[in-house]
Amino acid sequence: MSSYDARFRVWRGDAEGGDLTDFSVEVNDGEVVLDIIHRIQATQASDLAVRWNCKAGKCGSCSAEINGRPRLMCMTRMSVFDREDVITVTPLRAFPVVRDLVTDVGFNYTKAREIPAFVPPAGVAPGEYRMQQEDVDRSQEFRKCIECFLCQDTCHAVRDHEENKAAFAGPRFLMRVAELDMHPLDAASDSGLDRKRTAQEDHGLGYCNITKCCTEVCPEGIHITDNALIPLKERAVDRKYDPVVWLGNKIRRRPSS
Amino acid sequence: MSQVERQQWDVVVVGAGGAGLRAAIEARERGARTAVICKSLFGKAHTVMAEGGIAAAMGNVNSGDSWQVHFRDTLRGGKFLNQWRMAELHAREAPDRVWELETWGALFDRTADGRISQRNFGGHEYPRLAHVGDRTGLELIRTLQQKIVALQQEDFKEFGDYEARLKVFQECTVTRVLKDGDRVSGAFCYERESGRFFVLEAPSVVLATGGIGKSFKVTSNSWEYTGDGHALALLAGAPLLNMEFVQFHPTGMVWPPSVKGILVTESVRGDGGVLRNSEGKRFMFDYVPDVFKEKYAESEDEGDRWYDDPDHNRRPPELLPRDEVARAINSEVKAGRGSPHGGVFLDVSTRMPAERIRRRLPSMYHQFKELADVDITAEPMEVGPTCHYVMGGIAVDSDTAAARGVPGLFAAGEVAGGMHGSNRLGGNSLSDLLVFGRRAGLHAAEYAAGLGERPAIDADQVDTAAAEALRPFSAEGPADGGVAENPYTLHQELQQAMNDLVGIIRREEEMAEALDRLAGLRMRARRAGVEGHRQFNPGWHLSLDLRNMLLVSECIARAALERTESRGGHTREDHPTMDRRWRRTNLLCRLVDPTGGLAATDPVRGQIDLVRDTTEPIRPDLLALFEKEELVKYLAEEELYE
Repeated sequence: MSSYDARFRVWRGDAEGGDLTDFSVEVNDGEVVLDIIHRIQATQASDLAVRWNCKAGKCGSCSAEINGRPRLMCMTRMSVFDREDVITVTPLRAFPVVRDLVTDVGFNYTKAREIPAFVPPAGVAPGEYRMQQEDVDRSQEFRKCIECFLCQDTCHAVRDHEENKAAFAGPRFLMRVAELDMHPLDAASDSGLDRKRTAQEDHGLGYCNITKCCTEVCPEGIHITDNALIPLKERAVDRKYDPVVWLGNKIRRRPSS
Repeated sequence: MSQVERQQWDVVVVGAGGAGLRAAIEARERGARTAVICKSLFGKAHTVMAEGGIAAAMGNVNSGDSWQVHFRDTLRGGKFLNQWRMAELHAREAPDRVWELETWGALFDRTADGRISQRNFGGHEYPRLAHVGDRTGLELIRTLQQKIVALQQEDFKEFGDYEARLKVFQECTVTRVLKDGDRVSGAFCYERESGRFFVLEAPSVVLATGGIGKSFKVTSNSWEYTGDGHALALLAGAPLLNMEFVQFHPTGMVWPPSVKGILVTESVRGDGGVLRNSEGKRFMFDYVPDVFKEKYAESEDEGDRWYDDPDHNRRPPELLPRDEVARAINSEVKAGRGSPHGGVFLDVSTRMPAERIRRRLPSMYHQFKELADVDITAEPMEVGPTCHYVMGGIAVDSDTAAARGVPGLFAAGEVAGGMHGSNRLGGNSLSDLLVFGRRAGLHAAEYAAGLGERPAIDADQVDTAAAEALRPFSAEGPADGGVAENPYTLHQELQQAMNDLVGIIRREEEMAEALDRLAGLRMRARRAGVEGHRQFNPGWHLSLDLRNMLLVSECIARAALERTESRGGHTREDHPTMDRRWRRTNLLCRLVDPTGGLAATDPVRGQIDLVRDTTEPIRPDLLALFEKEELVKYLAEEELYE
């Protein structure tokens, strides 16, 4: 096994401000960036704040920006860098800093609450649900999401436009709308909820101009843009401009909505 | 009393994994105002790491399955030490708990006729595990999380406040359960982000904090698993049950070092993967114990035929319960037949086409590719045992999940003891979370609703808890003028001691030495000090978690020293066989000081008293599910003739 000392620059500070701090720290074979952050914590800065849990790419806690790119620290191997590289680790830029590498990701939890939940089909008892694998494949792909929020962080609609946050749910939660819309037994439409329309009108689907940045950073390899957002856009557009659907909506729409 | 914010709730659930969230959903649906408090972000709990599936006898793939068969498998897996009533309730109720998840939006993998697919797993007679690829835990946690959000959306419609009746306090930690006399009165907590203290007043507290794996060096568990609920219960005066039983999962990653211990799902074997030693031999055929001889294949051919024709062949021994497989791997490595990095080989690459591996085991494929540069569709994995689960836990009433002796305290999931006996079967954990999470939530809500007067918060207890939590900021060095102890160093030493001395194979002298070392660590932990301030300070958090890990580790070591037999997750080199006389004996751990104080200054005596407790006889109709010849292997003489 071969070890060497790597040069790290880690952002330290809080809401008031902060700066990059230099560390020289030991690296061993097979290690990932999170191992190095932990070593800094254990030997040089016991109060360095960082979120992590599973250390296996399954929980989506240790999101940060490594040399400017949104990544999971536990899935970024040191072997992808040259030994001479200076590795810069900074908190997710789209969210307010709490301390060091920890950001306030409350935006995402707020948006999660704004997406209407699954509506169970009336008259189908528990145990009686029947669905074919091919009909659940697509929604299952979206349910692989580990909520690391890297897509939310990288999406330029909010990354550089704080003012859009109120109106835009971001790729993760637009994908949630798509997931429910494609669920074979979701009965939202029976209850008067048109998920496609709400994607456009309530959750800001129109802000997305399919640059696929979200797909690129997804550690689960989910085709967010191609499989969730574009189909959702197409369906939403069908709804909007199909004169029959338009008329139907006009007639059925209640005054309060 | 120090200025600490106080809020009133009916039920406080500590922990937001599968058990905690299921408890919270039930309590809220029964009308209790419910608070959930969890160390991580909402939706990140350790349950997401569960891979293989949820065991429930739905009979979708093999209609021969039933709750009785599931019950029988569970007792065999636990070597008959299980609290039988829990195992019965679990087997009976698990199917309903799985089906209910579908009504909340869960999407399991399907059978050809559109029902929930079920896969084979170690120790389960029939394909029984409902699954979503190898990320079932993620599906479970997300479904429960989304159900909580759905309930909050209902409350928003009704009250204009999402958190009117159900609130999640994320990234907060409970350090003490507060009491009014014997009864629970609330919980003392701190918020990680600000370091601020607060008190949740509640007549019912449900502990659902998971396990203890972070006391061991090689573990599949995340940082949260520091035995918090176990320690909170002890400190509140409730006993822990059978803490010597710790499950070492047979297949953790062994290389590279930084990922050592990360779980490799049992589904690899359930779907056809085999274990080989350095000589290429499928060694598990040499390790089938007597109690299981009739139930496992004797040749590779028979084992291989079983995957397609389970009715006329016996299962391969790779699918023995986890304790058996872990010990076998340990022996092979010790005998010099291990893999280059000290494990054995787990191979699917020669057993099924690459495309099928990627579809059935996507996260294993990803995990090995990303973290170890191993393509599991082309070469074998290297695996070895890793500390995975604690069967021991808070002693609870089977039906109500109420902790013994402390009214208002409930426990569910891994933190509760009894359900799994001496060894848990794979897949029985997720079903345990759902079945007993629901029961704990139900009874916690009923208990809270049935109280005339709410218990009062004692200001002294709050002040004491605050002082205890602040101690690391004013830690003093030893008398000779040294510096305060580094909590990270203490933690590493604790992990090393438990791994080396109370690990998978145990010896009397080593466990005695472990108790010595724990005493030393306990003294030093009093002086654990941290830099910086209270805002999101991991060093401080670890200093506080050390108290819990030390308490739990002492329980494990003392109980393991006391039980002079080998059974399930407890293997004694000096007492290598199962002893039927021990079957009826549970070991209870209690705090030496019943007031919840810690006797840290007495290194010899320690903090834990052990008591032997005789279990209730198994109900006759449940015993009748087994053949007499099988019962003879497990039950004590006097039980057989009662």
